Formats: sequence, structure tokens, C-alpha cells
Amino acid sequence: MGFVGSEINPPVLKVRLRKSRSGATRSPFVLDVALEIPPGITIVFGPSGAGKSTLLDCIAGLLKPNSGQIEISGEVLLDVERRINLPPAKRKIAYVFQSLALFPHMTVEQNVAYGLAHMASPEQALRVKAMLEAFRVQQLAKCKADEISGGEQQRVALARSLATSPRVLLLDEPLTALDEGLKKSIMEDLRRWNAAQNIPILYVTHSRAEVDALGERVIALDRGKIISTGTPHEVLDAPRRSALAHASGFENLFSGVVTGHREADGVMRVRLVKGTCEIETPLGHAAVGIAVRLAIRAGDILLATERPYGLSARNVIAGKIISLEQRGTMFVAQVAVDADGAVVFTVHLTLGAKRALELDVNQPVWLVIKTHSCHVLED
Amino acid sequence: MDSLILSVRLAACVSAILLLIGMPLAYWLAYWNWRGKFLLEAIVALPLVLPPTVLGFYVLIALGPHGPIGKISEALFHRGLAFTFGGLVFASVLYSFPFTVQPLIASFEAMNRRLLDASALLGASRLRTFTKIIIPLSLPGIVTAVVLSFAHTLGEFGVVLMVGGNLPGITRTASIDIYDRVQSMEYAEANRMALVLLIISFVVLSAVYGVNRRIGRRMWASWAAR
Repeated sequence: MGFVGSEINPPVLKVRLRKSRSGATRSPFVLDVALEIPPGITIVFGPSGAGKSTLLDCIAGLLKPNSGQIEISGEVLLDVERRINLPPAKRKIAYVFQSLALFPHMTVEQNVAYGLAHMASPEQALRVKAMLEAFRVQQLAKCKADEISGGEQQRVALARSLATSPRVLLLDEPLTALDEGLKKSIMEDLRRWNAAQNIPILYVTHSRAEVDALGERVIALDRGKIISTGTPHEVLDAPRRSALAHASGFENLFSGVVTGHREADGVMRVRLVKGTCEIETPLGHAAVGIAVRLAIRAGDILLATERPYGLSARNVIAGKIISLEQRGTMFVAQVAVDADGAVVFTVHLTLGAKRALELDVNQPVWLVIKTHSCHVLED
Repeated sequence: MDSLILSVRLAACVSAILLLIGMPLAYWLAYWNWRGKFLLEAIVALPLVLPPTVLGFYVLIALGPHGPIGKISEALFHRGLAFTFGGLVFASVLYSFPFTVQPLIASFEAMNRRLLDASALLGASRLRTFTKIIIPLSLPGIVTAVVLSFAHTLGEFGVVLMVGGNLPGITRTASIDIYDRVQSMEYAEANRMALVLLIISFVVLSAVYGVNRRIGRRMWASWAAR
């Protein structure tokens, strides 16, 4: 085996940053992460609003973090404390946006050649040809970028950003709109290309199906924090599955057992393992006696200060507020049901709702949950 | 017809100068955010609301032998600018300023920012992004800016009268000529000139709307990429 430079010292992207965002229209948000990205594909997985695009924009230099450092193979791209901040044009980082951002007034060939302005023209032509061939779009060279199909545009966008021999490739949900076959074939071309180049590739997605399909190292991100890292199997499956359900915005996760089906009504009942609580859920495939996980979003639960009647919601559960805490523009209430407090629900309330109901700790309340807000995950 | 040729010459000079000044200024106003920006935006829009006589009056004072610009002109060329073609150009540039700068700002602001980000990430300098991406994709806005400032200069009256007076062949533009002829009851002559101005204005505005249609945009964009 020959010793090539990149094998002795593979390019690793090291990122440590903190970026807060406050705005009138969006909720306050802090991205606070530390990552080391080795060569190859790393997936950043999380729900929308987790900070995935913010992370990529910071790495690319389009956004400036409040603090932190970014370096690649020992070269510092950003160090807020030392006032180092290379502009995007100097970072040699390729970034394919979700919108691709191909230049619509140029041909495919001109798009790919755009980043090669410093090269002599014969050399440039060779590189453009090689990139178009690597991503199998050579027959489109003379076509206008806005006149080719979505999959072809995707290939051109990859060819264009990789033509410049970048040190890192950032992909922001680029394949979401494509069908499975096309997605697979494009990823194969990207893998083949990277087998020779061996650079770190950060692939951002909110789709679990994509994580499974790509099968690479996964970093799960939620609300600006890394909540799990590992193989898709380790990150997505038990016992850490609840972490990922959290990533998809389910604050309430309970283990339960299916106790009965009512086919005619399209519902079934799930008894929680702890406590005595039974919850009605939409009809699932699980048979009676099967263990399931129950996921309920904190924002889908209503609170009432008196036992409500005449509601369409099927789940009305008595409980007691055990904590009440303001978080930004909302309140987070913890409500214990059953006397022993074995089961605790997390409920999100607006400031107005908390005020109108005059809620306080130790107050008895009733939780109201629609059947269709109760999601059954099968273990 | 002399006055018509003078008008066209004036309008051409003014739109050329405005395009040169307007492009960098509009770029700056569209993409930079700073605290005092609104003041500059207000100044740029001022000629839209100011009576032409007010603008003309201050320009006349500034161009006169005791005004700052008149003094500079005296020192450089040993002559003032009031009642000259140069003075007329200066005044018209100020008067048509918003008609160039505002369409440019609007089309620069409408650019998809991700295209500019993509250009930067591919290693392009700001200047290269401006010439290769922003200008070609803003061509309809640029054409609108040039045509509007041309047409607006062609039709101005009050500023020209204040600053240029009415010197045949030097500052007597078509609109002033028409006014003169109506005053001296030469209706046939006035009508001929007025009709020509009407037709020019109509052709010019149809061109703007035509260019701004979807087909026009594609045509311009493909022409620019060559």
C-alpha cells in the first residue's frame, strides 16, 4: 500500500461553534455544537428548525457564529476569539443548497466552469469535461441550466461545486425532491468520486428514510444540540429510539401494551406500562398484548382546570401540575397522573393560556388529548 | 427639429452618466445595511416629490458664479455652467436620479441571494459576482432604468427652464420649444413636435413593458450569457 499524503493525514473538519438567533418572527434559538467530521459521508439528521442549515451556513462562512472555531486539517477558517474569519470565497468549501442555485442564464458547461476562472482555458475545459463525465451529464453540456430535469440539475450542482477541488462538501437536503432510484444513482456517483478524493461530506436531512438508505455515520441534531452520534442503527433504534422521537418533536414517550381494538371506530386502546392510565389511539397493526411506544407532542395536549364534558377528544386524564417553567415565549408544565406520580406528561402552554387559567404548581388539572395526537411506534 | 435633437442628445448623456453612477450606488443600497441608509434613500427619492422649479432654483444657484459648482467650473474651464449644455446635463442627472436608481435597487434586491452565495462559495470576488451574475440577471431592471431616465429627461420642463433658460441650439429642448410655439400661436409646429414626443414616449414605454415580460427576460438573459 502506497503512502499518499491524505492517507497519513486525512482531512478532518473540526467545528466548535455557538450561534444564537433572535428575531421578532421566529422563536429564539441557540445552535451550540462541537463536531469532528472525518473523510466520507456524515449525515446530520434532525427535524426542521433543529439548526441544520444554520450549522452549514456557519461552516461555509455565510453566517458568523457568536463564538467558536472551525478548522480543516489544522488550517483555521474561523476563530472568533482570535478574530480570524475567512470569507466564503477563501474557504474552499463546496456547498450544494436545497435550491441548488444553478446560474439560470448559463449553460451546464458554464456553470461547472464558473469556479475555475483561475485556470488556463485548455486545463479548464479538461476539468469541466471530467466533472461532467463523473456525474454523467456530459450530454447536457450545452443545455441551459434551467431547462434540464431536477435530477440532472442535482448532478450539475454536484459537478459544479466539486470541480473546484474543495476540502469539504456540504449538502443541504439536496435529494429530498428526487425519487428513490435517482437518489441512489446520484449517491453512488458521489461515493465513487469521493473514493478518490476522500474529503469530509456533511449531508443534512430531516428524512429518516434517507438516513436508512445512506447508512453512514449519523449525527442527530435537535434544537441546536447534538443529541446522539453513531451508526444509523445505533442512533435510530432502541434503546436510543426515544432520543430520535424527541428529535422529531415528541416530548412525551411512554411504553405501553395494546389492550384492545375497536375496528369499527378505527381506534385501539393502549395501557401504559407504568401506572393505570389507558389511552385511546388510532388503530395500528399491533395485536393485543404487543408492547408499543406511545409518542405525544407536548403542544398537542390541552389542559383544563375542571373536568371537561361534551368534548370530541377521547382521552381525558386527571393529574396534578408538578412543575411550571417559562421557556422563551411559552410555559412548559409537567403534569403527573395517577396518585404515585409514575407517569409525567410534558405540556406546552402559551403565556396567555397560563395566565387565563391561573395555573400553578400542585393544582389539579385534566389533560385532554385527541386520539389522533397519540402516535404509536412499534418496537 | 434642432430642439428635438438637443433633447435626445441631452437624454442620452444623462442616461449614460446615471447608469455609471447608479449601478454602484444601487448595489450598495441593495446589499449593505447601515444605520444612516434611510437618509441616503430619502435623498435619492427626493426629486420624485420636489417641484422641478425648486430643484432648478437650487441647481441654478449652485451653478452660478458664486455657487460651489460654478466656482469649480470657473477654476477648471474659465466659464460657469449656468445656461450651458453642461449645466443642463448636471441638473437633469439630479432630476432623473430616482428613475435610474430605484429600478436598479428593485431588481438587485429581487435577486435570489443563494445565487450570490453560490458564486462566493465558488471563489468569485464581489466584482466577478456583480458582473457575471447580478448584471446579467438584472438586465430587465437595467433596461428599465436606462429607458425611464431617458424618457424622463426627454420630457422635463421646469428644471430645464430654470437652469438652461431658452438658448436655441444650446438649451432650448423640445418641451421648451413646444411651450414657445404655443405662446406665439404656432399651433401646427407645436403639434408636430408634441406628436413626435408622444410617439417616442409610447415606443419607449412599450419597450420597457415588453422587456419585462417573461419572454423578454429570457431573451435578455440568454443574450447576456454569451
